[in-house]
Amino acid sequence: MGLADDYRSMARIRRFEERLMTLKDEGEVPGSIHLCNGQEAIPVGAARVLRDGDYVSATYRGHGWALARGVDMAALFAEIMGRDSALCGGRAASPYLSDVSRRFVGENSIVGAGVPVATGAALTARHQGTGDVSVASIGDGAMNQGNVHEALNLAAVLDLPLILVVENNVYSEMSRIDDMVRVKQLAERAAGYGIPGTVVDGNDPDAVAAAMATAVERARAGAGPSIVEAMTERLVGHYSGDAQHYRPAGEIADARTREPLVRIRNAADAALTATLDAIDAEVAAEVEAAVAAARATAVPDPATVKEHLYA
Amino acid sequence: MPESLRYIQAVNHALAWALDSRDDTVYFGEDVALPGGPFGATKGLHKRFGDRRIFDTPISETGFLGMALGSAMTGLRPIAEIMYADFAFVAMGQIVNQIANTRYSSGGRWTAPLVIRMQQGYSPGACAQHSQSIEAYFAHTPGLRVALPSNPDDAYQMLRTAVTSDDPVVVAEARMLYPTRGEVRLDAPVEPVGGAKVVRAGTDATVVAWSRLVPVAVDAANQLAAEGIEVEVVDLRWLNPLDFDTVAASVGRTGRLVVAHEANLTGGFGAEIAARAADECFADLRAPVRRVAAPDVPMPAAPSLQAAVVPEAAAVVDAVRRTLA
Repeated sequence: MGLADDYRSMARIRRFEERLMTLKDEGEVPGSIHLCNGQEAIPVGAARVLRDGDYVSATYRGHGWALARGVDMAALFAEIMGRDSALCGGRAASPYLSDVSRRFVGENSIVGAGVPVATGAALTARHQGTGDVSVASIGDGAMNQGNVHEALNLAAVLDLPLILVVENNVYSEMSRIDDMVRVKQLAERAAGYGIPGTVVDGNDPDAVAAAMATAVERARAGAGPSIVEAMTERLVGHYSGDAQHYRPAGEIADARTREPLVRIRNAADAALTATLDAIDAEVAAEVEAAVAAARATAVPDPATVKEHLYA
Repeated sequence: MPESLRYIQAVNHALAWALDSRDDTVYFGEDVALPGGPFGATKGLHKRFGDRRIFDTPISETGFLGMALGSAMTGLRPIAEIMYADFAFVAMGQIVNQIANTRYSSGGRWTAPLVIRMQQGYSPGACAQHSQSIEAYFAHTPGLRVALPSNPDDAYQMLRTAVTSDDPVVVAEARMLYPTRGEVRLDAPVEPVGGAKVVRAGTDATVVAWSRLVPVAVDAANQLAAEGIEVEVVDLRWLNPLDFDTVAASVGRTGRLVVAHEANLTGGFGAEIAARAADECFADLRAPVRRVAAPDVPMPAAPSLQAAVVPEAAAVVDAVRRTLA
């Protein structure tokens, strides 16, 4: 995997999120959306070391994980836009979508509640003896939820192949995480479960991939769960309508000098810059085609509203 | 051949059947493996099926109910045990927000074929956190099937139905009925989900009950029979899917309806039956629908106080008399 590949994977996520925001402004996305701008290196780095059989779950800020796992972009747009070709039939939208075909166990709009569910996928992998792993991504705020604590302890005592990725983007919704915890790094809590915890630069896909490789190898070998804390910064608000008055002046501008796409751009020579420009154009065209495909489908038929409730 | 078993033994037989039928069935909860369960429901199963199929969890209902969901979504058929139904409340987020929503919110692409097994209801000296009858919370939640067996044979048949269902099923057993003995059809074919049963025929009034109140209602009916009043008793068995047709047919025969449950009155599932009867059986009803339930107080622990709260046969007899007055 080279810089150009990483750039393409991260640019797809960035462009997807930016396009969603314009669709939101144009009234084509109902409800609020939670974007992951700035955090793209984490799912992209993780995806490098995962295989098709592995399970992935995410938070309500999980579009990046879905795309990194190969979920169809047009179906993703359609789900968020409430269209008929949607991934989940228009029943999940932005914060709760999933894709069984990609073993994307799904997002979760209840903070931390996806981690016990991800633990269950890890139990299946252990029971079936496949060597598959279950990756659960959460935000920093979720580390204070009982769901997460219970699941980590459970996974630890059962030696389940669970990797908890904590995307520490400084803010838990609209409050600084360092006002919410007394540990310097959230990964320190791993000691409380008797499992490894590491802190990595979450804006560097290589660093994320290296830490994930260690955790995944341990999990596949049956040695149990790990925590990987990826330090990053959110370039946008908690949700689409968030004016971010709680953030100090200049903070986002500073973060923009360190974010993962800019980092590759800054280090690129003339040849790579030309390649990246070409990738940007291809990604823009891909995103527009996906939006057009989503728009081309009807809205779900109200007569189907009771479908899919029971077997 | 039917075998005479206690209710709790019937549960044990159903669990052994489930673990024996499919390798992807796993069973977990607190103290269920080596200890054999606090009431003996899993006695002998760990020895027979081993750690891979049945294992103990830390005391963390939220964690292991979420684990039940994730494993069900990805290919296992888990049965998770909640020791006392009251403890389900600490994991209600996993049940209501996660388990119940899974199939619907994925457009049917994920499924959650899991069973949450628990026992509920009062017993002498048990406090307010070990005595509640909580079926209405589950019946209120779309996506969950809810089963309440009232006798040993149903304990066996309905649990087998639950573990073969592709939907999440809450099976709430009645702790006070665990010692009761009855004929259990161990070789019967697995029943479909749902279905109420007329357990005693009658002509003068219908009593709809479930769980512990079924034998109580039959006792009341037998008392009333001594004075020439014939009460039909319907065991609702499943609150979801609700077999209201059986209730409506009975009301069509008797013209009078009493609903009896151990749970608190307000917002209890009896209110749903009464409302449905008012809507669908209005022409057949010759008297207002009466409800028998616990008053709206937490369950006290002292037996003398419990007696003032827990509905028994006298309350059912009284309610039937009032519908006939």
